Amino acid sequence: MRILKHPILDFPIKKTIHFKFNGIEYEGLEGDTIASALYANGIKKLSESIEHHRARGLYCAIGNCSSCYMIVDHVPNVKTCITPLSEGMLVESQIGKGALK
Amino acid sequence: MLDKNGVASLEQVKSRFPEQTRLLKPKAIIECYEDIPCNPCSTSCPFHAIEIGDDINLQPRLNIDLCTGCGICVTSCPGLAIMTAELRENRAVFKIPYEFIPYPVVNSVWSGVNRDGKVICDAIIEKVSLTSKQDKTALVTVSVDHKYLYDFVTVRTKNE
Amino acid sequence: MINKELIIVGGGPAGLAAAYSAAQTGCHVLVIDRNPQVGGQLIKQTHKFFGSEKQFAKTRGINIAKKLISDVQKSELVEILCDATVVGLYPDQVISVLQHEEYRKYHFNALIIATGAGEKMLAFENNDLPGIYGAGAVQTLMNLYGVLPGQNIVMVGSGNIGLIVSYQLIQAGVHVKALLEAAPKIGGYKVHASKLRRLGVEIMTQTTIRRAIGEDCVRQIETIKLDEAWQPILGTENIIDVDVVCIAVGLTPLYQLLAMSGAKLKYVPELGGMVPVIDSLHQTSINNIFVAGDVSGVEEASSAIVEGYLSGIAAAANVGHRQSDYQKCIEDYQQQLKALRSGPFGAKIRAGLQKIEVEADAR
Repeated sequence: MRILKHPILDFPIKKTIHFKFNGIEYEGLEGDTIASALYANGIKKLSESIEHHRARGLYCAIGNCSSCYMIVDHVPNVKTCITPLSEGMLVESQIGKGALK
Repeated sequence: MLDKNGVASLEQVKSRFPEQTRLLKPKAIIECYEDIPCNPCSTSCPFHAIEIGDDINLQPRLNIDLCTGCGICVTSCPGLAIMTAELRENRAVFKIPYEFIPYPVVNSVWSGVNRDGKVICDAIIEKVSLTSKQDKTALVTVSVDHKYLYDFVTVRTKNE
Repeated sequence: MINKELIIVGGGPAGLAAAYSAAQTGCHVLVIDRNPQVGGQLIKQTHKFFGSEKQFAKTRGINIAKKLISDVQKSELVEILCDATVVGLYPDQVISVLQHEEYRKYHFNALIIATGAGEKMLAFENNDLPGIYGAGAVQTLMNLYGVLPGQNIVMVGSGNIGLIVSYQLIQAGVHVKALLEAAPKIGGYKVHASKLRRLGVEIMTQTTIRRAIGEDCVRQIETIKLDEAWQPILGTENIIDVDVVCIAVGLTPLYQLLAMSGAKLKYVPELGGMVPVIDSLHQTSINNIFVAGDVSGVEEASSAIVEGYLSGIAAAANVGHRQSDYQKCIEDYQQQLKALRSGPFGAKIRAGLQKIEVEADAR
């Protein structure tokens, strides 16, 4: 869900960006990070923990904690909270350890 | 209790009010109960009615004779801890800071709320001012029954 | 190898203030920041700041950022590199920087580390569930990206961050059900607490979160009351329905580059964690490496800005740019810091700084 009106901040209408998450098409906005676009679409579970497959999502949202790792355009261990969203991006949950091919 | 839930006691509140006879004109009520490093109320007052001094941790002291109740300190206080109060016949009229949307509409009736967040009365919105100098803190003039002089602190829309 | 007179790592309030004051002395400055824009945490602070005029009191954090950035942009002597992470700091005054998959090395004459602080975590069952976020994260989502963080939130922690972010959540249209504080008293400024209470937020002291409940994300939390000895009181458990939990239990300095440099560090809980041992000019135990802002001890942005101004001219003086009013400026900045720290809220900082001074004097 997006905030449209705010007493202090202005949120101007931005260009729509199309991307895929686990094969399904979603929309984000220009200026979004991958994580903020997923969040706006109601997606909080991003990946799973390596050993016990527990749900993983954001924690710090500014690139410190590494909780938000996902596979982006086939590259693993991407910090999605600080990676800008771009048109046509393929975003996937990272299950297990990321492997560079 | 201020330390436990942010609610000032009646005694603390009354200590910030002048004698009721002085409220025939609006006066600033500065509910700054703690020493924190801060002085915009003092530096913003065009009548030099608020004194803090060189040690900016000290709590502000109001010179009631110099205060005109203009409300500049109300929208300057980063803690939103100041309002003005005035007694007009059987009404208590306040100017409060307000930073939410939608803003109150003039002549509408909102709920008057006390420091514990409880609805205590009806509040008539008399004026809403939002100049660029206020930097997005609206100054809302609101009137309630005068018996709520020491209880009223803010307004809430009746839908909630 | 690229040579620079003064490099500042971190373009938040401390780094920007340092860049400005150093450039005023004629020193060439390079500011390196890992984010797409500078401004640090200020760019999401929608509230008006405290302090005095010298620290931009009554100005909203977002506007303080704009002012600091514009001050720096006016100077031809300041270069800013964004999307660039300093990944290494070496003994021969070299840093390595990773930017857009490219790796570069810089040599500096003087360095100011202004990397700020990161959020602490709280240990409780299921604290790893999605939906449990640092308070700063929630602020980032709503104030930077315009994304609504949730509908029903509980805030854990009553320091200034917990209190302020709760208010900002309400401004964004979120229902803040409760604010939990483990201590017997509210930790931050009472004016922030008063603002929340009159909005109907329940502030529960001597209460903590025991566990989070949910499968793929948090749905409920169980709170429990604590006694005078901070022990849970069985039988006082309470379940609250939530979709987001914010953890605001303090910040800890991001000291890792300093550890690489070999600078003397000390664990000081009052300052948030590991901090460098510094002298009164904010120089570390390594010559020409200075610090400013939260990385040298977690305080308010007002202190970070003044520490930035101070370390900026001190570092510039070290590399040959010492103005005639240098001593007067240093004394003014030290006096401002003293004033900011002299009240009751400064007691913890003063106690922490004393521990550092003892170390510095012992050197």
